[in-house]
Formats: sequence, C-alpha cells, structure tokens
Amino acid sequence: MKSKFQPDENGYFGQFGGAFIPELLHPNVKELADNYIQIIESEEFQTEYKSLLKDFVGRPTPLYLAKRLSKKYGATIYLKREDLNHTGAHKVNNTVGQILIAKKLGKTKVIAETGAGQHGVATATVCALMNMECTVFMGEKDIVRQAPNVARMKMLGAKIVAATSGSKTLKDATNEAIRYWIQHPETFYLIGSVVGPAPHPDMVARLQAIISEEMKWQLKEKTGKENPDTIIACVGGGSNAAGAFYHYLEDEDVELIAVEAAGLGVKSGESAATSQLGEVGIIHGSKTILMQDEYGQIVEPYSISAGLDYPGVGPLHAFLYESKRAKFMNATDKEALDAAYELTKIEGIIPALETAHALAVLPKIDFKKDQVVVINLSGRGDKDLEIYIKYLEA
Amino acid sequence: MNSIQELFQKKDKNLLSIYFTSGYPKLDDTARIIQKLSKSTVDFIEVGLPYSDPLADGPTIQDSSQKALENGINLDVIFQQLMPLKETNKTPLVLMGYLNQLLKYGEEKFCQKVVDCGIDTLIIPDLPMVEFENHYQELFDNYGLTNVFLITPHTSEDRIRKIDSYSKAFIYVVASASITGAKGAISNNQISYFERIKSMNLKSRLIVGFGISDKSTFNTACNYANGAIIGSAFIKDLGINGVDRIDDFIQPIIS
Ligand SMILES: Cc1ncc(COP(=O)(O)O)c(C=O)c1O
Repeated sequence: MKSKFQPDENGYFGQFGGAFIPELLHPNVKELADNYIQIIESEEFQTEYKSLLKDFVGRPTPLYLAKRLSKKYGATIYLKREDLNHTGAHKVNNTVGQILIAKKLGKTKVIAETGAGQHGVATATVCALMNMECTVFMGEKDIVRQAPNVARMKMLGAKIVAATSGSKTLKDATNEAIRYWIQHPETFYLIGSVVGPAPHPDMVARLQAIISEEMKWQLKEKTGKENPDTIIACVGGGSNAAGAFYHYLEDEDVELIAVEAAGLGVKSGESAATSQLGEVGIIHGSKTILMQDEYGQIVEPYSISAGLDYPGVGPLHAFLYESKRAKFMNATDKEALDAAYELTKIEGIIPALETAHALAVLPKIDFKKDQVVVINLSGRGDKDLEIYIKYLEA
Repeated sequence: MNSIQELFQKKDKNLLSIYFTSGYPKLDDTARIIQKLSKSTVDFIEVGLPYSDPLADGPTIQDSSQKALENGINLDVIFQQLMPLKETNKTPLVLMGYLNQLLKYGEEKFCQKVVDCGIDTLIIPDLPMVEFENHYQELFDNYGLTNVFLITPHTSEDRIRKIDSYSKAFIYVVASASITGAKGAISNNQISYFERIKSMNLKSRLIVGFGISDKSTFNTACNYANGAIIGSAFIKDLGINGVDRIDDFIQPIIS
C-alpha cells in the first residue's frame, strides 16, 4: 500500500498540495509531473546523481557526535553535517538532482528563487557545471542582508533579478520567478524547497531524502540502531526537514521536530511561525497552511533569517502538522542568535542563521538520559557573519 | 441563462470588455467606474478583486491592487459597493479574483454574495481544470454561477475541446504566453494562434485578453474573436486621467 506520506495522483498529502496554477503553466507542470519519477528512478539518473553527490558535493556528509553539546543538554546529540556540502548547505542536493532532470527534459535555461541566497548559489553552481543560463530572483531586502551570496552568484555567472514587490523577501522572489516562468515557458523552474505546485514538493523531497538515507546507515554504524529517538530540523519551506525526516516518516517511534522562525515572538506581529499563525490557503500553487488575513490576503512574515522568512510551509509539512506526525516548535531571532554563538563556542561550528533556529529549541526540550537526537545542521554561517558580528557588538 | 450568453444573443461581434481593479484609484470609485463604463457603452465589465499576490498579473494590476488594498478594499466592501447596482446597472459584470480569496471568505458564502449582487460569471485564473472538475463545478452549478476558463498558445487541442464543453459564458483567449500588461502590436505568431483557435469551430464565444491596449490591438483581436478585454491600459489611463475622463479613453477604441 502506498504510504500516506506520499502524494496522491493529484499531488495531495491529505488535504494539502495540488497544483493551483494558471492555465499558462499547465504544460510545464504536466511535463514534469509525467516524467520526474521515471527520471529519478532511472539507473542513468541515479548513477550520475550519486556520482555528483560524492565527487562534486562531497557526500556522504558526516554524522558528528557533538560531545560538549550532548553533555550540556543531557542527551546523545548528533549533527548531520549538511554545512559541509559544497556551497555550504543542503540546498545543493536538490539542485544537482533537478539540473539532471532539466537536462533530461532538454532545457537549457534555468530560473530560481532564493531567500538566504543558498539555493541561488547552489543553482548558479550547477548551472555553471552544466553550462546552462541561470537567472535568480531574490527579494531586495534579502539582497542586502545576504550580500556574500549575491557576490558568489554573480561570480558563478548568474543574473540576479531583484524582487521589489510586497515584503521584498522570499515570497516575492517566488512570485516573480513564477511570473517569469509564465512568460518564458521554455525555462526550467528549479524550485528551492518543498513548495510550489505538485509535483515540485514531492520531487524536492525525493532529492533531499539522501540526508535521511545516509543517517540510517551512519546511526547503525555508530549506535547499532538505524533509528534515533528524535530528529530536529528548521523549516522555511521545509526541504532540509523533509530530507532529514523522509526515511523515518513511517517509523512513528521516531519523534520529528520541525522548528519555525518566531521572529520577535509568535504573537508579536513580526513572525514567520506559519503553523502557529497560519490557516489553510493557497500560496505559490499549493494548498497548505499560510499566514493570511481574514480576506485571504497573504500576510508579510518576518524573521532575521532570510531562509525562514516565508509565510507558508510545504504541503507535506502542513500534513505532518495537521496529522501530528511532527511536532512544531519555534525559536525567536534572539534565541537563534544565542544558539549560533553557543554551537560556535562549544563545538567550533558556525551554523547558518536558519540552522541556528533548530539548535535553539534544545534548552526547551526535556531530554531523557541517552536519548539519541539528530539535529540537521542544514548550513554554515559564513553568509551571516555580518549579522552575527553586529549582534556581538550590540 | 448566463448574463454574458444573453448579451451574445444581442451582439456577438466587436464586444469590448473593460477590466478595472475595485477600490482603485479611490476606495469608493467602484460604482462610479461601472456607471461611466456603462454610459460609454462598454459591453461587459470585469471587476477585479484585489489580491496581495496576483501571480497572473503584471506590474500595472499589481500596483493598482496594492493601492486598493491600502485604500481599505476587501470582499465585504466590494459586495457592499456592488449590491445597490443590481437594480440600476444593465451592463453584465464578471468578477475576477484568486482562489484563495474565495477559500478564505468561505466558498458557499462567497457564491451566495455573488448571486445576491446579481452576478453570475467568475474568472479565477489559478483555478485549474482538475480542481474545477473535482469540486468547483458542482459548487458553482448549485449557485447558477459560471466559471470562465483561460486558454493560451500552449493549451493542447484536447484541453481546449474540454474547456469548450465546460464553458457557459465564453472562453478567455490569453493573447500570448504572458501575464497581464499592455504590450505593443499583435505579432504574426499571435495571429496564427488566433486563426488556429478560430478554425476549431468551438461552440463557445471567444474573447481575447492580456495585452490588448488600444483601437488597433482591439480591432485585430476582434477579427478572430467575438471581442476583447482591455485591462492594464485602462488602469494606467485611470491613474493618470481619473474617473471623469473614462469616456475619452473608451470612445477612440469603439468609434
Ligand atoms: C542553511 C539553510 N537552512 C534552511 C533553510 C530553509 O529552507 P528549507 O526549509 O527548505 O530547508 C535555508 C534556506 O535558504 C538555508 O539556507
């Protein structure tokens, strides 16, 4: 029987998902929907994907036992080191896979949206590798707060288009990417998270699933058991969490914790904690949980972290929330900044601001002795140094 | 019978439809704009329901929607503005908005309000055919509402035939692979697409929209379809010349 965590033929996880797209995008989305599973499951794809992940990206990423962090919180804490991937985050797992799919479908031009710039960099990187034209849409506000990644994308040959509408962040960059796609149906939209119209959420989840695939054998090696007690990951759109949860979704004894950005506080009016503030609605072609007012107008979110500053969440996560398969927690800007400093000082790892939100829930959880916890360390903090230094000086 | 279909019985060539964003330029302009457009003998009117994230719209409609939302427009206000026109206004109205507005407002409540306003035709660009078939067809039928489908240069023949069978008002022929927004002349590629659609001998009337901006593009579109819709160009003009000068925009197009 098909797992309830797999989408049905219309791309639904429970009541969430679907493809709410203007007719103009129908041929594009259908082409992908008709082909992506077959491509991903083909031997040709798997060979090339796995080989690029190994030799270009540097996988498998280590599963590191963080001894001092474990001691501090009274648990056995492993860090899944996605920060050690080429380009510095989990995002590249997805872009390597999608660029191979794009190639298979005969596409030569690629567009992408980006928030923190990590997906933009990962897309620009694989486009350089495959000699494809790359255009990245990025909110004007994010262009300022993630300047190092803008420079990297430019060096990699990508064209950056500033999204100047709305909140000038990830939501608006995604709107602009979709509008461009409508007008340039020959382009491949290389989406950066488990969001958007079906089949994008499922495709991205399958490409990020490598994270939990590796976790299984790595845990077995280190602890004798494939399953941890708890997995913790931050959620913007939800791709790193989807990857870290993927092969454990059916194992209900593995606790899954998704951490959203609370900004200045869930109830402050300046937050991106979608599951707490959102209701069922449609964003970027998907029925999911989103932050909206009483008339369905999308509310502008806020988080210090550009990668989590999004008013929706992928449909799989909306389903995990509604079905209570995952527990949703959140962390404020300040809690995340403190957690980033803590990890840096006691483990010698500077995490991305997004990732810092996942770390920030450790003090809020009552761990059992010997509880085996995996935190998905989704990215490194180089891009966030300016914000970190400012915080230190303040 | 559907109000647009009724209109076609009286006139089925060179129909001019105008799209405007309700609540723009001023919150209370909706009724006045409809009255002016009727007086200028526009054949039917699309009332835009401003949305924060209109994926199928270009900068002009995005900006007017943003401004309208800042002015305080919302669905309740729009229905209040439209309700009194039910008795006086003779020009058919069509509502154009995004699916999330309807979802959040409550689908049944939305449909009832639309009916109460004497309106029977909706355009929801992000409502795909499969969702229509699975749910909305029955909902709309229950309220006597009709959904207008869009076709584009990339819509397959099979799909167009299916859309034709579902269409009770008209088929919205999107003029190019595009979001809304005024463009220049109509290209040869577009002409051959219009010819292809025309030669399919569909049962539904065809109205061309997206990128129709002036007399010349309107006339070209009308050579291949029953009429055309002007949106962004009208809104731009409204922003510059205001509601009082609406007739100055319309007359040169229909004269
Ligand atoms: C390092 C890092 N972690 C997490 C995220 C959030 O995205 P997602 O929820 O799709 O993993 C981002 C997004 O930019 C990121 O750069």
